[in-house]
Amino acid sequence: MIFHRLSFKGGIYPPGRKEFTQHKAIEKAQVPQIVTIPLQQHIGAPCEPIVKRGDYVKMGQKIGEPKGYVSAPVHSSVSGRVKSIELVPSATGSKVMAVVIENDGLDALDDTIAPANFEELSPEDLKRIVLDAGIVGMGGAAFPTHVKLSPPEDKKVDFVILNGAECEPYITADHRLMLEEPELITRGLKIIMKILGVDKACIGIEDNKPDAIDSMKRATAGEDGISIQALKTKYPQGAEKQLISAITGRQVPSGGLPADVGVIVSNVATAAAICKAVETGMPLIERVVTVSGKGIKEPKNLLVRIGTSFEDVINQCGGMVRQPARLISGGPMTGIAQYTTAVPVTKGTSGILVLTEEEVKSPKPSPCIRCGKCVQACPINLMPLLISGHALRADYDATEELYVLDCIECGSCSFVCPSKRPLYQSIQMAKKEVISKRKRSTSK
Amino acid sequence: MNTLTVSSSPHIHSNESVSRIMLDVVLALIPAGVAAAIVFGWRVLLVIGTAVLFAVATEALIQKLTKQPVTINDWSAVVTGILLAYNLPPTAPLWLAAIGSIIAIGLVKQAFGGLGQNFMNPALAARAILLAAWPVQMTDWIIPETTRLAGDVTTSATASATIADALSSATPLAVLKSGAGIDALPSFWDIFIGNIGGCIGEVSSLALLIGAIYLLYRRVINWRIPFTYIGTVALITWIFGGEGLFTGNGIYHIFIGGLILGAFYMATDYSSSPVTPKGQIIMGIGCGILTSVIRLAGGYPEGVSYSILIMNIATPLIEKYTMPRIFGEVKSSV
Repeated sequence: MIFHRLSFKGGIYPPGRKEFTQHKAIEKAQVPQIVTIPLQQHIGAPCEPIVKRGDYVKMGQKIGEPKGYVSAPVHSSVSGRVKSIELVPSATGSKVMAVVIENDGLDALDDTIAPANFEELSPEDLKRIVLDAGIVGMGGAAFPTHVKLSPPEDKKVDFVILNGAECEPYITADHRLMLEEPELITRGLKIIMKILGVDKACIGIEDNKPDAIDSMKRATAGEDGISIQALKTKYPQGAEKQLISAITGRQVPSGGLPADVGVIVSNVATAAAICKAVETGMPLIERVVTVSGKGIKEPKNLLVRIGTSFEDVINQCGGMVRQPARLISGGPMTGIAQYTTAVPVTKGTSGILVLTEEEVKSPKPSPCIRCGKCVQACPINLMPLLISGHALRADYDATEELYVLDCIECGSCSFVCPSKRPLYQSIQMAKKEVISKRKRSTSK
Repeated sequence: MNTLTVSSSPHIHSNESVSRIMLDVVLALIPAGVAAAIVFGWRVLLVIGTAVLFAVATEALIQKLTKQPVTINDWSAVVTGILLAYNLPPTAPLWLAAIGSIIAIGLVKQAFGGLGQNFMNPALAARAILLAAWPVQMTDWIIPETTRLAGDVTTSATASATIADALSSATPLAVLKSGAGIDALPSFWDIFIGNIGGCIGEVSSLALLIGAIYLLYRRVINWRIPFTYIGTVALITWIFGGEGLFTGNGIYHIFIGGLILGAFYMATDYSSSPVTPKGQIIMGIGCGILTSVIRLAGGYPEGVSYSILIMNIATPLIEKYTMPRIFGEVKSSV
């Protein structure tokens, strides 16, 4: 049988560098003495703390109440006493309020945690569980999942895609999950399908993970309406719009959402978290994190409690080998560089990378030679060289005319640029300027 | 505690660099230089060397004088120097090569802002100026030493030399122009390997194609401009190049003159050709039409240089109207 590979237009071929961790089974990380649980780990409104200093909290107990619809509650990942509620550095670069808990090591479960059988629950009950469990997109964007599972009435959703592409170099968290917990992912997918009332779904996996494709095929064998699709290994294959385009051929309209073309996309790790939340009653308090890069002594895939500091995680992987060049939360293409290891792991932390100078190569930018490689690489068909040129001259109106707002911020343009120009950086800046200008004009 | 650097994503970059791209072009141009030395004798290497030397020196001097970082190690001036030399006749005096390089780098490239900013191909623009200023030296063709020894093409060449008076020998294009017909041309094999008269770099199609395949393989260039350019010339010269319609020899037109050199190495110049995929196709077809018209109906035997220069000027316009449709673009009526 010909291995049918689907893909999208544009994109790049960064080095995979998955060999550091792809054969390493997920290990349970040590639970630290202190966990720091940010009250905002998601896109949307931050949570209000519902515990105070000195309170005793149990594992799985809700400690942050969402403020607003686009938000998700946060829970304690350990049992112990609340040490403080304070501003802490976060992996996003800004400081956030966080509940700091001193772990008593007992892992005493919260009373509300009770197992259930999803077959017996209504779609509304299931969605309630997803909301209460604080589940957010675990691919990195951390968008509240209950919002995603509530598409507007007028959008007819008929297809669910589970994202197992994992196109970021180094990261293997989803890969291991698909190998080790394929049934969990499958049941999670069935829960998503039940909530949405959809009977067709597909799990898209890049073909650099043939074992994961096999594993998911075995786990979904006999499930009606669920198929596994091998995808070409190309970045950004796992970007929502590109994934939908590859699998269904549908193009999400500019400025629109996947629901506009009848699709909902969720990450495989999110599906697994949903299944766990429904079946065990345990909210989202831990996740798989790939700890990798040449700057890490022993790269690993770790199951880490939310709120564990990067430092604790890195120390469990033998620490850093030598003078690191970058500490990154997430993957090397879209991840955020950190200035300290004191930031906590959150729901969206798919990877902690310590890269050496040899891996990052941060060369000086030189003038654009108009080679057009960024134009070929852009999965949205933008003209990065022109947008960047206008952005660097602060001509943001011109960037808007060149559709800067459609940029999905994948970073492909910067990756391919032979002149090492700050394409992505300047485009992202222009995007923010255009958005804030629009906000100003609408508020007038 | 280690010091951590914070920077914007992406944190990894491809291995590509400007100097690597330019070096690839230099490597791709080497076979044609070797072929020229074999066909015309070692002196052409002196012409090439002079052009490269003056190109690099001009770039360094201007950057020094204008207090910019000197970027001669990016190989781009070397590329310009080689291309300029390749557009000179093998008999070109060394001072002509030197002046050409100074014009190419000083006037066409640096005066407009340097690498990536020139709106015309520097080597071609310089060639056009040289041709206007020193027409005699710029059209002083010689017959390849090897062919002269074999003595098979001399008769037809001298026959046409009466028409193009400045020539001490005719290039195949000039022969065609004179109306002498295909029979008067060297054999196809001689034309293909370069055993003919012509500019230094354009004689051996074989050598140029070896380099072109390398550039395509290295993805320094893509197929759009060269293939559409050459295809258009072949098509038009086939249709209109003969006595009646569809009797022209399009294949000969591909391999004689500067078409291969122009299509793969000059029309693809990054700064002066469109970056949009559709724009590149328009560039190729436009060059093809202009070249065919000049060759078949114009006053010059060859039209590659002027075609590319004209399309260079049209590039910003072409780019403006060929912006790719963005992913998921919504019709403006919505």
